[in-house]
Amino acid sequence: MEIGYPVLSTVIFLPVFGGLLMLLIGRNQESVVKWTALFFSTLTLVLSLPLFTEFDKTTYMMQFVERKPWIPAWGVEYYVGIDGISVLFVLLSALITILCVLISWNSIKIKVKEFYIALLLIEGAMIGVFCSLDFFLFYIFWEAMLIPMYLIIGVWGGPRRVYAAIKFFLFTLVGSIFMLIGIIVLYLKTGTFNIPELSQMALPYNLQLWLFWAFFAAFAVKVPMFPLHTWLPDAHTEAPTAGSVILAAILIKMGAYGFLRFSLPFFPDAARAMTPVMLGLSVVAIIYGGLICFAQTDLKRLIAYSSVSHMGFVTLGIFALNSQGMEGGILYMINHGIVTGALFLCVGIVYNRTHSREISDYGGLAGVMPVYAGFFMLFTLASIGLPGLNGFVSEFLVILGGLKAKKLVGVLAATGIIISAGYMLWLYQRVFFNELNENIARIEPMGLREALPLLTLSVFVFWIGIYPDTFLSFMHVSVNHLLERVNYGVSDTMMAIKGMTGGY
Amino acid sequence: MNISTVGPLLPEIIMAASALLVLLFELVIRKKETVGLLSIISVAIVAYYIPQSFGKAFGGMFISDSYSVFFKFIFFINLILTVLLSMRYLVIEKANHGEYYALIMFSTLGMMIMASAGDLIVLYLGLELMALSTYVLAGFIRHDIRSNEAALKYFLLGAFSSALFLYGITMIYGLTGTTDISLIGAAVAEKGLSTPMFLAIIFLMVAFGFKIALAPFHMWAPDVYEGAPTPITAFMSVGPKAAGFAAFGRVFLTGFGPLSADWTGILIVLSILTMAVGNIIAIQQSNIKRMLAYSSVAHAGYAVLGIIVGGTEGIAAMMNYLFIYAFMNIGAFAVVIMLRSKGFQGEELEDYKGLARTHPLAAAMMLIFMFSLAGIPPTAGFIGKFYLFKAVIGAGYIWLAVVAVIFSAISAYFYLRVVMYMYMLEPEGEAVTLSLSPSLGLALFITTLAVIFIGIYPSPLLSFARLAAG
Repeated sequence: MEIGYPVLSTVIFLPVFGGLLMLLIGRNQESVVKWTALFFSTLTLVLSLPLFTEFDKTTYMMQFVERKPWIPAWGVEYYVGIDGISVLFVLLSALITILCVLISWNSIKIKVKEFYIALLLIEGAMIGVFCSLDFFLFYIFWEAMLIPMYLIIGVWGGPRRVYAAIKFFLFTLVGSIFMLIGIIVLYLKTGTFNIPELSQMALPYNLQLWLFWAFFAAFAVKVPMFPLHTWLPDAHTEAPTAGSVILAAILIKMGAYGFLRFSLPFFPDAARAMTPVMLGLSVVAIIYGGLICFAQTDLKRLIAYSSVSHMGFVTLGIFALNSQGMEGGILYMINHGIVTGALFLCVGIVYNRTHSREISDYGGLAGVMPVYAGFFMLFTLASIGLPGLNGFVSEFLVILGGLKAKKLVGVLAATGIIISAGYMLWLYQRVFFNELNENIARIEPMGLREALPLLTLSVFVFWIGIYPDTFLSFMHVSVNHLLERVNYGVSDTMMAIKGMTGGY
Repeated sequence: MNISTVGPLLPEIIMAASALLVLLFELVIRKKETVGLLSIISVAIVAYYIPQSFGKAFGGMFISDSYSVFFKFIFFINLILTVLLSMRYLVIEKANHGEYYALIMFSTLGMMIMASAGDLIVLYLGLELMALSTYVLAGFIRHDIRSNEAALKYFLLGAFSSALFLYGITMIYGLTGTTDISLIGAAVAEKGLSTPMFLAIIFLMVAFGFKIALAPFHMWAPDVYEGAPTPITAFMSVGPKAAGFAAFGRVFLTGFGPLSADWTGILIVLSILTMAVGNIIAIQQSNIKRMLAYSSVAHAGYAVLGIIVGGTEGIAAMMNYLFIYAFMNIGAFAVVIMLRSKGFQGEELEDYKGLARTHPLAAAMMLIFMFSLAGIPPTAGFIGKFYLFKAVIGAGYIWLAVVAVIFSAISAYFYLRVVMYMYMLEPEGEAVTLSLSPSLGLALFITTLAVIFIGIYPSPLLSFARLAAG
């Protein structure tokens, strides 16, 4: 691979650099601020494209690796790289940030400069999380991300933003500190923060079990898994549109990513033993999250709860511990990022006009904003999992994986699809059909700048729906390698030998 | 007496001489800021002589080793930053007298002696010099009744703790026949624990507990911190505390090291109690100086973990923590001072409403300090806490680390509340005017830079701390 620049470092630090550069722009030059943010986020995506085109799909080894000593006293390195599991998230993060810049163009009216700075900083931190191969480095990015997100929710959010922001922060922080303890224990036992190395260690079962639960605290809050999900409806609902999109599309994926990158390869025996618990929690999340959606009167809150249900599918797929489930789970995350991100964008578009999120304030919107209604329909159907659209592929794979793992789990998960069809179509009916609500009769139709992000995302809805292999092909090798590790566990001596010679 | 025997004392001698000179110059210099500048220059000269000072003097009563030198650098930073914070503040408070700077220097001299003390009597000497100067500084704004109250309270409780300290020393002398810390260590190792020895250890622990404000001996701290002139609050929350830790560490790890199994348990209880009291009561505070006072109590609870762990790792973690704490805490106080202007206290949390709108840069700096105090990466505060927790877990106290991180998460709540007031609420009434002076700006610049730099590239500091502790 000859690309000519360190791709990963560039995509991590270019947005950070852009954010810091924006500090120099005057407070009143709002359009300069916006264009700068758009420039840096677009440049980041462009510069990240080699990750897509030059990626070697035939190996599970880390690619685009950069490695420099950082804190030698603790053996901490600046060590980044990606494999088939993380590559798509990096690209998704870069793409979503651009859309967030576009969608915030007119809707963010106060402290404009600070908003875009926070947005770019969070982009850098998110990409950093997915690229880190040093546990210390990972934790820095993982926690650093909280600061801009706390501000985005708390400063530019809805009426109950302050409450939602602190709740988000404290929930995540409390989860993370248990992981911090886990990281330190792991480091003291193994003497390294090196993630690929740790992925081959044979730890004693008891230690695996303790650490599995310490890490669970951090990842389950982030996903969020039932019963730790209560911060999510508040945060998603109160955040400004861009914040909701980032939360739904990227941030909550980090929890599931954590399971894939750390919990499974580090503690394979514990993970296998805990599969029934994890599958059970996933099924509860799918059904409970779905049923709660029926009771929601707030547009964003409904979509937020649907995320709880969808993320249940993701964790189910991962802990099915077979290739269909896991690939389905990863693809599900990408799809959920695209579709739920798009739905939040859609809500943002009407919210800017009506300043209401109450479903009852709408009705008959299809006649007023026909193009918009078309997009919303597309994403609704994608969310339900209509064949031909992206949601179907991943849902199918996850349920197949679930059935292979445990029949009952697959069957129960499948009921989640019926539930989701129920609440999503009912939502659509209440907002777009029914009688025209007089209050919204005269709102203006969707503009091009608003349509562009939706158009971009719908391309992916069809692409993944019709030819998912473009994206699945990235994962095959990495996922199979991971499953080999999990399913044989550390007790298998062959694995240990293979780990030594194969290496990363 | 030839020069080589006093060589290790050279920095202290220069410090004492220049403090006296500053006191003298104060009479003729009209512009008091110049006096402040003089004190900074003196510290630079003292620091220059530090590398040549390594060694022991007076038969081991005075030790200049890497341990003491590390602490001395914390004291110098503390002095320089405090002076920078004070210049404008004293004008606003109408208390612009040159003795102020001399007193800060004398107090710092006391701390230096404490850090270098190889003998309990020398330690007491330094302790009293530091404490007496600080009592006066706490009451420096004579026309302010709160400042008076702070000084008196500090004096009474300080005197009480000094008495306890002296009582402890006498008992130890009676039991071991020496006041030399390393000889005490040898005697203790030989004789083992006895009831009087245990009592003596308790006396010293309580005395140090007062100095570094460990709960339940922290009662004076909030009142004194609130009443004292704000730069002095910043000064007290860092310097005397670090000096207390320096002496605490040396006495307990060298002197009572052989008995560590007997006193570690008590210290663990004190540490947990301190973290609990500091962090939980801070939540209810509406005055920012008071909140920072409780936060400072809580931070002592974390730093004490280093002494509990002991060994090179524990001490290095504690020193590293105190070094980082100096920057982030003084930085936070610098923002508090900036809000103080003629006729406006700027000490209530309410005063921070909407600061991000009226003064975005000041708010951004406060945000950095608050996140650093809460220990969120990528700030220095995280590095400090990480090292401590690593040392604690390494020593086998996983449960203690869990307790500490839980309190650390609780602390995030009140630090974030300041951020919330600044960023998420709108300003009420007239906009706050900042009293920014070049010196204050410099202090803010230094502290912000240090907090971010150490957070991103902690290696030099870590090796320095490890070296000093080893």
